[in-house]
Amino acid sequence: MIPFDYRRAGDAETAVAAVAGNPGAAFLGGGTNLVDHMKLGVAEPDLLVDVTRLPFDSVDPLPGGGLRIGAGVRNSDLAADERVRTRYPVLAEALLSGASGQLRNLATTGGNLLQRTRCGYFQDVTTPCNKRRPGEGCSAREGYHRYHAILGASPHCVAVHPSDLAVALTALDAVVRVRGPRDGHGERAIPAAELHRLPGEHPEWDTVLGHGDLITAVDLPPLPMAARSRYRKVRDRASYAFALVSVAAAVELTGDVIGDVRIALGGVAHKPWRATLAEAALRGRPPDRAEFRAAAEAELADAQPLRDNRFKVPMARNTIVSVLAGLTGEEPR
Amino acid sequence: MDADITLTVDGERRALTVDTRVTLLDALRDRLGVTSPKKGCDHGQCGTCTVLLDGRRATTCLAFAVAHDGAEITTSAGLGAGDGGVGAEPAHPLHRAFLEHDGFQCGYCTPGQICSAAGMLAEAEAGWPSAVTPDVAERPALDEAEIRERMSGNLCRCGAYPGIVAAILGVAEGRRT
Ligand SMILES: Cc1cc2nc3c(=O)[nH]c(=O)nc-3n(C[C@H](O)[C@H](O)[C@H](O)COP(=O)(O)OP(=O)(O)OC[C@H]3O[C@@H](n4cnc5c(N)ncnc54)[C@H](O)[C@@H]3O)c2cc1C
Ligand code: SF4
Ligand code: FES
Ligand code: FES
Repeated sequence: MIPFDYRRAGDAETAVAAVAGNPGAAFLGGGTNLVDHMKLGVAEPDLLVDVTRLPFDSVDPLPGGGLRIGAGVRNSDLAADERVRTRYPVLAEALLSGASGQLRNLATTGGNLLQRTRCGYFQDVTTPCNKRRPGEGCSAREGYHRYHAILGASPHCVAVHPSDLAVALTALDAVVRVRGPRDGHGERAIPAAELHRLPGEHPEWDTVLGHGDLITAVDLPPLPMAARSRYRKVRDRASYAFALVSVAAAVELTGDVIGDVRIALGGVAHKPWRATLAEAALRGRPPDRAEFRAAAEAELADAQPLRDNRFKVPMARNTIVSVLAGLTGEEPR
Repeated sequence: MDADITLTVDGERRALTVDTRVTLLDALRDRLGVTSPKKGCDHGQCGTCTVLLDGRRATTCLAFAVAHDGAEITTSAGLGAGDGGVGAEPAHPLHRAFLEHDGFQCGYCTPGQICSAAGMLAEAEAGWPSAVTPDVAERPALDEAEIRERMSGNLCRCGAYPGIVAAILGVAEGRRT
């Protein structure tokens, strides 16, 4: 590991200026992803600006009924919050399905969203990887890609984003608040669904954020339908493993039909995948398995699985069907 | 680059100078001689380095010591301490339960298991749900399935899981009565 300087930021302005002013600087949250990458040689910052003492460590009500989650709120505290558990269960369930109890006590909301892919080649500096070193080539495309993308990938990168939290936030229409070097004293608001990007020709950019952009909070809209929501994660082990496929969904029934629905998929793309085609196919339709299946198939029609992850297409379809069936009383949760 | 920090470890205040690159785990083991937390994977994946950090269970291999200047740390050795030290009767109910239920074989993962269990029992008492809680809005009841899920961040290469779960369940039930 190369030597680095360490500073504790007292306020957001100083933190942003410190990172923006040094191309080798990085924000430090709980460290559970960044420190790992520094040990592996994947990240080599020469200055760490610790943002865990900034005053963004609470969950507060927003006028109008939503919630503002401070970027420094630990994953465990957010999952334990009564308001989250009763009004946005999908969010608590997503957090609780990620990592382990002792990691969630360290991991922050901001750091979780900006964690990087778990692609084994990205983490192994002895192998070519376009995300780590643009232009080198992608080792996963013809290599080990069981966990990789089936939607929205490019010839340059087939990685998936690993955050469970981000999938739930995408389904909930959450908004990420960012303060950057060009925002003065103000902040910008980025819909959670637009924070992460598809790889295209620039897999080195995970998100739309630039160097020195600090996440300060995530806002949840009131969204009463979220009280009936759920997260299901399919993985190789019963616990403590990343998703092969995950589904975050919320449903509102109006009379005998689906009045409104939110669906996001994890483990399938370079970003949390908002299933807008499936949502459109379901609005106004009766909540039955045939409809759920048709909607899931519409969403997955353009899937382009790799040699060894074809199983993800039916897995994603079946998980969507079972989550929607559970939420609409077709089968027990 | 060096930094001066203080850590309170098992009740004792210790001042030290560390390179910013030193993890909390290495500071404890190599600098302070506190070898209760173990190094398994060094990448957050096994849980053997778990301690109570400012009262909550946390891995120490992915934390820089400098970022935890001023922290209060309790290791398994310090849990329920105040006794005669190495060789003395184990003082904490979790220690006794691990002995009674054969909660280990080689013992390498045990200090991490114990700290994780201590933190986990406090989380459950505070009403925190887990991934297997049927309804996250409800207060969870700690049964075997809950304990397995909540302890999934602690691997045991000897496979002593049945004893570990029984030991923790025993302590949890003791607290309820
Ligand atoms: C063994 C293991 C298993 C895991 N399993 C899962 C899993 O199943 N599901 C899952 O979702 N995650 C999982 N994780 C990942 C874990 O959730 C993340 O490491 C954690 O959420 C990152 O948060 P942090 O605060 O520690 O971030 P850090 O490691 O401190 O930072 C991560 C990145 O975010 C940047 N950053 C941090 N805070 C801010 C901010 N406020 N503004 C701008 N940039 C910021 C940092 O510069 C860095 O680039 C696992 C991790 C491990 C080690
Ligand atoms: S999938 Fe992306 S992250 Fe993985 S090796 Fe290819 S370019 Fe790198
Ligand atoms: S050594 Fe820290 S989790 Fe394995
Ligand atoms: S007792 Fe040997 S690793 Fe757990």
